Parts: sequence; C-alpha cells; structure tokens
Amino acid sequence: MATDTYTPIQDTKGGKKAAGPVGWIDDRLGVAGIARKNMRKIFPEHWSFMLGEIALWSFVILLITGTFLTLWFQPSMAETVYNGSYEPLKGIEMSQAYASTIDISFDIRGGLLMRQIHHWAAALFVASMIVHMLRVFFTGAYRKPREVNWLIGVGLIALGMVEGFAGYSLPDDLLSGTGLRFVDGLIRSIPFVGSYLEFFIFGGEFPGDIIIPRLYMAHILLIPALLLGLIAAHMLLLVYHKHTQWPGPGRTNENVVGYPMLPVYAAKAGGFFFIVFGFTALFSAIIQINPVWAYGPYNPAEVTAGSQPDWYMGFSEGLVRLMPGWESTIFGWTFSWNVVIPGMGGLGLLFTSLALWPFIERWITQDDREHHLLERPRDAPTRTALGVAGMTAYGVGWAAGGNDIIATHFHLDIYTLTWIFRIGFFLFPVIAFLIVRRICIGLQHRDHDNVLHGYETGVIERSPSGGYTERHAPLPASTQYELTARQRLPQLEAAVVVDANGVENQAGRKERLRARLRHFYYQGVLDKPTVDEVHHAEEHLSHFEGHPNSHGDDFGGVSDAGVPKQH
Amino acid sequence: MSELDKHGSNLPVAEPIPDPGLPEHQYRVTDVDESQARRTERQISLMFGIATLLAIGFCVAYVTVDFETTFLGWSAQNFALGMTLGGALLLIGVGIIQWAKKIMQDHEMIEMRHPAKSSDDDRVAVLADLNAGIKESQIGRRPLIRNSLLGAVGALALPGVFLLRDLGPLPHSQAHTVWKKGMRVVNDISGLPLRPSDIEVGQLINGEPAVFFPAEGEEEAEIHGHELLAAKAKAAVVVVRMRPDDITPDAEKANWGIDGILCYSKICTHVGCPISLWEQQTHHLLCPCHQSTFDLADNGKVIFGPAHRPLPQLPLGLDAQGYIIAMSDFPDIVAPSYPELARDQKRLDDENNRDGA
Repeated sequence: MATDTYTPIQDTKGGKKAAGPVGWIDDRLGVAGIARKNMRKIFPEHWSFMLGEIALWSFVILLITGTFLTLWFQPSMAETVYNGSYEPLKGIEMSQAYASTIDISFDIRGGLLMRQIHHWAAALFVASMIVHMLRVFFTGAYRKPREVNWLIGVGLIALGMVEGFAGYSLPDDLLSGTGLRFVDGLIRSIPFVGSYLEFFIFGGEFPGDIIIPRLYMAHILLIPALLLGLIAAHMLLLVYHKHTQWPGPGRTNENVVGYPMLPVYAAKAGGFFFIVFGFTALFSAIIQINPVWAYGPYNPAEVTAGSQPDWYMGFSEGLVRLMPGWESTIFGWTFSWNVVIPGMGGLGLLFTSLALWPFIERWITQDDREHHLLERPRDAPTRTALGVAGMTAYGVGWAAGGNDIIATHFHLDIYTLTWIFRIGFFLFPVIAFLIVRRICIGLQHRDHDNVLHGYETGVIERSPSGGYTERHAPLPASTQYELTARQRLPQLEAAVVVDANGVENQAGRKERLRARLRHFYYQGVLDKPTVDEVHHAEEHLSHFEGHPNSHGDDFGGVSDAGVPKQH
Repeated sequence: MSELDKHGSNLPVAEPIPDPGLPEHQYRVTDVDESQARRTERQISLMFGIATLLAIGFCVAYVTVDFETTFLGWSAQNFALGMTLGGALLLIGVGIIQWAKKIMQDHEMIEMRHPAKSSDDDRVAVLADLNAGIKESQIGRRPLIRNSLLGAVGALALPGVFLLRDLGPLPHSQAHTVWKKGMRVVNDISGLPLRPSDIEVGQLINGEPAVFFPAEGEEEAEIHGHELLAAKAKAAVVVVRMRPDDITPDAEKANWGIDGILCYSKICTHVGCPISLWEQQTHHLLCPCHQSTFDLADNGKVIFGPAHRPLPQLPLGLDAQGYIIAMSDFPDIVAPSYPELARDQKRLDDENNRDGA
C-alpha cells in the first residue's frame, strides 16, 4: 500500500492562497454549515438508482444544446424565400422558423450536431423519466414519506411530454405542422369551449400566424422554468428523505448504507453526466433524427404516409386511432367523443391514476409507517400486477399509434389490426394482471421454499431402500436474511358493520369497500416464514442423515458437469 | 432449543432470520497491489489524454471539413464533429467513473435516518408562533378587513382574465370556404384548370380553388401568406373519376358530378389531416393519420376509423370553356368538428334552402 503522504488542503500552497477568499465567502454566506451536513452524505448503490440520473443529465444537455440553438433559430411564421445552401429547397416559400432550422442544419457548423443532440436528449429525457418512474413504482419507493416527491415526478413527466411536443412543433416543417393540425382538432373537440380555445391559442383560424412564437415562449421559458423548479424540489426532497435502499445484511429501515457524496458519488454522478452527454453526441453523429429538410415546409393540403409523432406521444396517438367514430349533437352542441375521449381522456386517466395510486394503496393497506426499504416486485403481487396491466394498456395504445407501420411491414390488414387493438386495450391488461400476479406469488413460494428447505444442491443420494433423493442445503445466512427482510402481512379482518350493541357503523359502507379491496390486495400473497417454521426447518435439516455441510461451509451445489461449486 | 421456543411464542414480531450485519469488507486488487493501482492510474490518465486529443480534433474538423463532404452518404462534418465531441465526453466520463470504482476508497459507510416529520417540540412551537401572529394581526377580530382584502385580491383575477381576451378573435362560423359558384378546380401543383377529358376512370387528382394561383396576367395570387395556409386548410379537394354505375349518390347529390367525376374535401373530418391514400378498386379514401376510411362512391360515408362525419362533397359543373368549376361552396361544413358545428350547419342549410343532410 502507498505510504500516506497526504497534506491537509489548508496547508498546501494553493490552500493557503484560497484561505482568504474562502473565508470571505463563509463570513457572508455561512457555506461551511451546509457543506458539513452534505459533503459526506451517504448514498446507497444499485444500478436502478441511476435511471433518474439519466433524466437529470439529459435535462442539463437539453439546456446546453437548446441555448445554442436559440442563437440562430427564428420563431417566426413570417414567409420568406429560402436561399441557403440546401439545394432542393432553394427558392421555395417557407416560414422563417423553418428556414432558420434549415440554416442551423446546413450553414452553421456543428448546428446539425447540436440539433440532433437536442432531439436525442429529448427522447432520452422522457424515456428515462418513465423508466425511473417504473422503478419507483415497482419497488414501492413512493410510499410514506415520499408521496409528495412521487407527485412532483408525475408532474415532471407530464411537463416533459408537453415540452417535447412544443419543441418538435417549432421547426414548422410538414411533420410538425401535421402534429399541430392534430392538436388543433383536439382543442376544437373540447365540449362547449373548443372553438374559443382554438381561436385564442392559434390567434384565429388554424394555422394563424402566431402559434410558433407562442410555442417558442412555452418551450424555452415557461415549461423549462417549471421543470427546473420541480427538479430542484425533487432533488431537495431526495436529500431530505435520504435515498431508499434494498434490504440486506446491515441495511435496515433506520439506516442508509453506501458511499459518501465526496468523493465517490461526486465522481460517479459527475462522470455519468459526461457519459450521457457522450452517448447522445455519438448517437447524433451516426443516427439521423428528425431530418426536417426532407419533409418540406408545412402545407395544410399535404401529408406524408406513416406520419408519426415523437415516441412518447404514441400512446395518445394510438388511442385516437382506436376510438370508434362517435359524435353526438345535444341541444345544438356538437360533442366529438371520437377525439376528446382518447385525446384528452387517455393521458388524463393515466396521469390521474399515477398521481392517486400511492394514496389509494395506503387507504387499502392502512400502512402508516415510513418505508425506506424497497420492496421486491414479487412481494407486492397486486401492485406489480396492476403496474404491468397499466404498462400493457400503454403498450397497446403505443402499438396502435403505429398500426399503419405494423400493417405495412407485416402485411396485415389494418382494420383487423385496429380491431385487435380495440379489444386488446381492455382485454390484454386483465390477462397481464392475472398472469403477473400468479408469477409473483409463484416466485414468493420459491423464495419461501429456498429459505425453509434450502436450495437444491444437485447431489443425488440413494437411500438404503433404493429411493433417490436430492440433497438440499441451507442458503447462506445473508441470502436467507435478504429473502425474509420484509414486512409481515397484516391480519385481514372483516369490516365492522354492526358494533357490539347492534348499532350500524356510520362508516360501514366505506369500511366494507376497504375490506373487500384489502382482500383483493392481499389475496393469495405469501407471508414470510414464521420463526417457528424456520426453527422446524432447521431441526429437519439437522436431523438429515449426512449433514449437507459435509462439503464445507461454502459448498454451493454441483454444476451441470457434476463439479462441486463454492459460494 | 429453549431459546428458540421462547422466540416461537413471540411469532408475529420476531424476524425469522436474524440480521447477520454488514458483510466483511472485501479489498480490491488496486487496494492491496500498488503496481495494479498504478496501472489503473495510467489507464485512466490515458483516457483523459485521448479525450484532450479528441477535443482538439473537434476544432480541426470544424475548420477543415466542409458541408459538401460526405461520409457513407451522410454529412462528414456532422460525423467528424459528433464522433470527436462524443468520444471526448465519453472518455472523460468513463475515466472519472473508473477512478471512483478502482482508486477511491470503497468502504461502505452507514448513516442513520431520522423520521421525516418535525419534532413534537417544533410543532408545538410553530403552533404557538402561528397563534401569536394571528392574534396580533387581529385578523379574526376584524372580519371586515379580512373579507374586503380577500374580495380585493379575488377581484384581481378579473384583470388577469381580461388581459387574455386579445389572444385571438372570438370564434366565427367555419361554415364557409373560398369556394364559390363558378370557381375553377385546378391542379394543386401546376395550377392548371381541369377538363373532364384530363381525368381517367380510377384516377385521383389533388385539386385546389383557382383563387390560390395567380390569375392570367397577374404576378401574385389573390390570397397568399398566412391567409393562403388558413384557406388551404379548408379548401383543398380531391377530384376522382369512377364508373358512373358504381356511384350511389344521395338524391340531392345526383347531379353534383360530371360523368362519374366527383369532388370531395381533402381535409379529414376527424382532426383535419389531408387525406391522400386512394384505393382505386374499392373507391376508398384512407386518411394516413388515423386511418379513417371514406367511401367516395357512397357519398363519402365513413366506413372505418375514428371519423364520424362523411367527407363533404363539392358540387361540380362545367364553364363555357369546358373546364370543371364548383357550382357552390361546400354545402356541408369541412374540417374537424367543433362545438357549434351543428348550429352552423343548420344555418348553412337554411341559407342554401336545404332540408339538412
């Protein structure tokens, strides 16, 4: 090992020089107090904790590249004749927004690269937020005391999608104009006020001459400011609550085990920023994204086949495609259910259920404890199955958003495909729920068996009577602990509808509903073994003739080739 | 055994497996072997060194590679700039993380958590302060001040709402387009008028009103710029020719075509995409956005998809020179539905002395 010749920073040459200015700052800002609390703050480690970090860093990349793009982009719908260096568009009338986007792509060196990094980072931003949210959902990390941070996260995803949509509408090319045309149709379909909203938002009849400047304001000022504020709150709450961790030896609900902010996490997180930035830059160097010059300027009478929005809008797009053509006229008002239900209702339902879920679950489980230990998805089968059912519905919507592409690529009939998705949107989630719940409970049973009966060693023994049995050996204590370090299930009791004196409980109906939901939530879920069961199992294993540990304590079974393995 | 039995009587709370505690720390190769540590050090600084070279390479590419150069059919400039910048960033990132994983100490540390809630003391103190503040302000004793202030602040919402009024004009009826009796239907690209003999059976031509193109002897069209886009969003049409026997027009539409030539709005009644996928054999027109399908031989009826209203049809006729013209504006409202649509349609029908579709 290296001999420690470390000189404290205040005694080094640079340190002595910096002492004055640093003292000056602390005299006025008192930063040492904050630094003392946080500099060596502990963060636990797991690969899945990195997903949110990808979202954070893509946001920073978006700020950097976006600022670069604003230096040339002209958010104006004024008509101009293109005269830049991209030959095919020369002499064509287009908006200044589109012309300046083409200029950024072909006349500003590095402009195309920055545009592509911006677009790739945007796709990554929404994707990583969604995957991060799934991680938080399936591990129960949103439970008390983190419900508020979950709500902030839901808000971030919603805003991120709007921000992305506003962004890809700005270049005013044929594709983005088609997207805006759809939004116009969607706004119009809002009952009673649709026409008013349309005329106010577009400054008159679609497309008007002011929507691009307005979207620009939203895209570079309003929504980024909101995102920034929410991200700051998200991070502050993360620091305040301390990160959740997986249960394991020495890792309890009362502590957090991991590495300190300085130096390990400062380095890992900081290095990760460069990695995310590096990947988006390499992507942009070799994979083209949104080649707006190929689409041409917006023309309301033209469209390309296979028009697709950015991927995160695919769910809404799909629901709009699936909806039957319902429209009705009531008292002279026209209601376009075919647009407003899937267009507004789909995402509305998704975000409302996401926002409400932690509170619904708590109402069902009546669990008022703080949870800092993550739950394995299999240990909350109903939650996991509901999550997968939701993902399935989302996936059906998403696939339906590309039904034309699927139909042409796989030579399927588009109408049949649409009907499959229409039925599947309701049916597939139910199937997914039932299957996933079964799988979770099955996995719980396997864990249970592994703890109580040990794992299968692969060693076959022949008894004196001639029967063959496989020898089981206990798991290492740390694994056994990991498999049982979770909460016991609550006792399920029937709702108190009538009290001892025969008086009906005022809250009886609510209680009955809760009791039913509790039954649904916990039905079939396997509790961890009791102390008694473990005790019996140990006794059983010790009575076993020829102790399994005859191969030594770290014997880990035999491989397929019959070679003993070590733990 | 007796120890375990005691535990057994305590079932619901006791943990079946006791916490074995944090495992013993495992040292890495770089912790115990200084030569390995130095090797890692060299690897990491090599990454940083290459990153520096790539950053310089970026600048070289910036000044040497021009826009015209291509690499594998794709902008060489974009490729060179992206690879150098991305490579530099990636190497810096990988180097730093390697440093954290191999060199920085990796003893796991423990920090205790505290409940998220404030202490009871804090809660009591805050409540006391809050009460003192409320009491001293006399907000409870003087409801007149409180209520009038609430009213005044509430009233401030009004200027806020009023300020938004000029976001746009109030909506007007969207029942009319630029089409009118006698206007020629022209090809949407060339702007040339169409004659029935120009159109073959099974053919679909994208059409537009003649007013979008400069009249003879004029430099500019009557409508241009934003007005043109707004007008196009409603007035674009498709002209198709089918065998007259295949067409089953409604009674009022019997003479809206010329020898099987019919003209429909190109704008989908669903959310307004221009419809363009024409199936000659079945007379179906499919919208590429959401796959609403209209049967042009059967009055533009919706036969599949999320659209509800049929495609509006434009009555056709011929002018003195034998060119196709519109005989009126669209009798049915074009483009996506909106809340006042039914009322506007009724008014339009009254104007046209029509009994309603």
